[in-house]
Amino acid sequence: MIELVWLIPLFPFLGFLFNGLIGRWLNLDKRIVSLVACSALGFAFLFSILVFFSLLKLSPEARAVVPDKVLFDWIVSGDLKTVIGYKIDPLSIIMALVVSGVSFFIHVYSVGYMRDDPGFTRYFAYLNLFVFMMLTLVLANNFLLMFVGWEGVGLCSYLLIGFWFERDAPANAGKKAFVVNRVGDFGFLLGIFLLFAHLGTLEFNEVFAKAPSLDTVTVTLITLMLFVGAAGKSAQIPLYVWLPDAMEGPTPVSSLIHAATMVTSGVYMIARCHVLYNMAPVSMAVVAIVGAATALYAATMGLVQFDIKRVLAYSTISQLGYMFLAVGVGAFSAGIFHLMTHAFFKGLLFLGAGSVMHAMSGELDMRKMGGIWKRAPITFWTFLIATLAIAGIPGFSGFFSKDEILWQAFNSTHGHVYLWAVGAIAAGMTAFYMFRLTFVTFLGRCRASEEVKKHIHESPPIMTIPLIVLACLSIIGGYVGIPHILGGRNFFHEFLAPVLGGLPQGAGHAAFSLVGDAFAGGSAVEGSGVNMEILLMGISVAIAIIGISIAFYLYIWKTEVPKRLAQRFKTIYTIVFNKYYVDEIYEACFVNSTKKLGTFLWREFDDGVVDRSVNLVAGLMLWFGRVLRRIQTGHVQGYALGIILGAVIIIIFLIR
Amino acid sequence: MPSTVPSIYYLIVSALIFAIGAVGVLVRRNAIVIFMCIEMMLSAVNLTLITVSHYLNSLDGVLMVFFVMTVAAAEAAVGLAIFVLLFRGRKTIKVDEINLLKW
Repeated sequence: MIELVWLIPLFPFLGFLFNGLIGRWLNLDKRIVSLVACSALGFAFLFSILVFFSLLKLSPEARAVVPDKVLFDWIVSGDLKTVIGYKIDPLSIIMALVVSGVSFFIHVYSVGYMRDDPGFTRYFAYLNLFVFMMLTLVLANNFLLMFVGWEGVGLCSYLLIGFWFERDAPANAGKKAFVVNRVGDFGFLLGIFLLFAHLGTLEFNEVFAKAPSLDTVTVTLITLMLFVGAAGKSAQIPLYVWLPDAMEGPTPVSSLIHAATMVTSGVYMIARCHVLYNMAPVSMAVVAIVGAATALYAATMGLVQFDIKRVLAYSTISQLGYMFLAVGVGAFSAGIFHLMTHAFFKGLLFLGAGSVMHAMSGELDMRKMGGIWKRAPITFWTFLIATLAIAGIPGFSGFFSKDEILWQAFNSTHGHVYLWAVGAIAAGMTAFYMFRLTFVTFLGRCRASEEVKKHIHESPPIMTIPLIVLACLSIIGGYVGIPHILGGRNFFHEFLAPVLGGLPQGAGHAAFSLVGDAFAGGSAVEGSGVNMEILLMGISVAIAIIGISIAFYLYIWKTEVPKRLAQRFKTIYTIVFNKYYVDEIYEACFVNSTKKLGTFLWREFDDGVVDRSVNLVAGLMLWFGRVLRRIQTGHVQGYALGIILGAVIIIIFLIR
Repeated sequence: MPSTVPSIYYLIVSALIFAIGAVGVLVRRNAIVIFMCIEMMLSAVNLTLITVSHYLNSLDGVLMVFFVMTVAAAEAAVGLAIFVLLFRGRKTIKVDEINLLKW
């Protein structure tokens, strides 16, 4: 069964070919198009499950060393030999499961959401292509193939953000996402080049086997370069600016690409390269600090936005920051765990937002909503579940994964109490803005216009069923990784341990032993570690509840207070509301100077040097012609003289 | 053995005639005169060919002369026809006045 891994990306690709070529050309019926697109994903999901279970049958040690499934040689040139090959290990199969599973449900949802769009077929072709590229990214067994997937998802992201390209905003947003991602990809490419230059191979197994031969400086440089790529793709400071704008795309796209899958590929890549990162403590610190900073920074912007999709976008950036915090402190499996639970609940939140838009005739401003929970109950309850999950309320998936990250940020050898504090504050903000969003959107008085009010309705089953499925996953998704301390068994980490190694051991490491219960046994510090972990867990839950309470106080109880607060702290509010003017600063610093450079090169170099030299040559030819044509007098005898002189000269030369 | 004129004299004569013809082509204005000069140059060449042929005791040169004479005759016919047409068109056959083919 494991051998069949190559079928997982193949199905979406076939779906793309069918819809992109035949479907578009023949103008096929929407039912056929959606059936093909969804069943392609269904098969991909099915095969992911099959491969997953056959991997599960192997012993934990054997899982990490399953031979790569190599399809064929791809590029063979000199020292470089690259194959199209798929890596099967717990990490890649978890990613494949999450990607194909979440994609499948979002495809189904899209059938309802995009029902009346004229670009229906194009949409599903892009979406299938995206899933193919994403699966290539996570299953690739070498850096180059991973990079193909990496660029492919970037392309699909561009195409789908600008899906409604007739309007300016989506077209510009797509362009912005593409350009900002190029900055990151530049770093990623440099990292790959450096790896190849030093190790002479790009295959994961070989690279990680040879990695110990690298010196610290090189490996730090490589990992930092790779992190630049990850920061671009996963929207971290300073390259996060494209993600909020990416919300111009269709909502299921925001859900799939810009929340659940593509943006997490940076986290996956760092987890995949954990061997390199473990060798470079400086890079680890950079990753952790950037992650924590992004988590807090994006959360502050989420506090004041009114556009529901933008709130979710900043929330996504913030949660991605958590994942980077996790991998930055060495808790790679915790990062992947949060990646998975986040895919469930954030995917659900976006789909819920789409359902709200559907109900509200396309409205996005939460100030014009309210009180729709009665009219759209399934949307409301599933949205609430996801909100509880992201806020970190015990019992929901987000609690387990987020708490583990915070504990690791505190406890790990790479961790620090400040990292924990920043993460905890961001968690409180997350709880606040998510409940603010839920309260303002679903509860209270309806502030929509009468016209819109009449049309508020629950979405059709094809949209609500994916919501319900993802809501279930948002609840139960966390129970595969219950911390030992709560008496559970951390299946998730045990599954990933053969690839990623155990979680880093800190002061209270015994409490968190992954490698087995052997560590948990006779450690003297066990008691304090356990207490500390419970204490921190309590604190983070308390912070979440405080955040929710404040949201309740401000947006249910005393609804006039937020306005007064905004008045009171007008300067800060304006700055945060305008996203710290980062877009404007970037515009002034980078965009404008690039434009100026472009104009300079156009006016001075292209016009002044290139065009002028071409014109110079042409002018020279013209001048020669003007001079030389004087020879052509029209006097036959002049020509005859020339002939004779020529003959004489030749003869002189011959007889000499 | 009867005394004969040495070949070199023939060659000198032929060179002189050729030079006269060439100068005539260059300096005279009347197309017919130029034409006659060309005929002179051809005759000079014929004389050279015959001389060398005799000197080498071979008939190749003599054979060549017949060809040249044939060509010269054909050329005379075509050339004179051109002059007639030129004169009809431009009322002159002075070559320095027939200079339209230039820049």
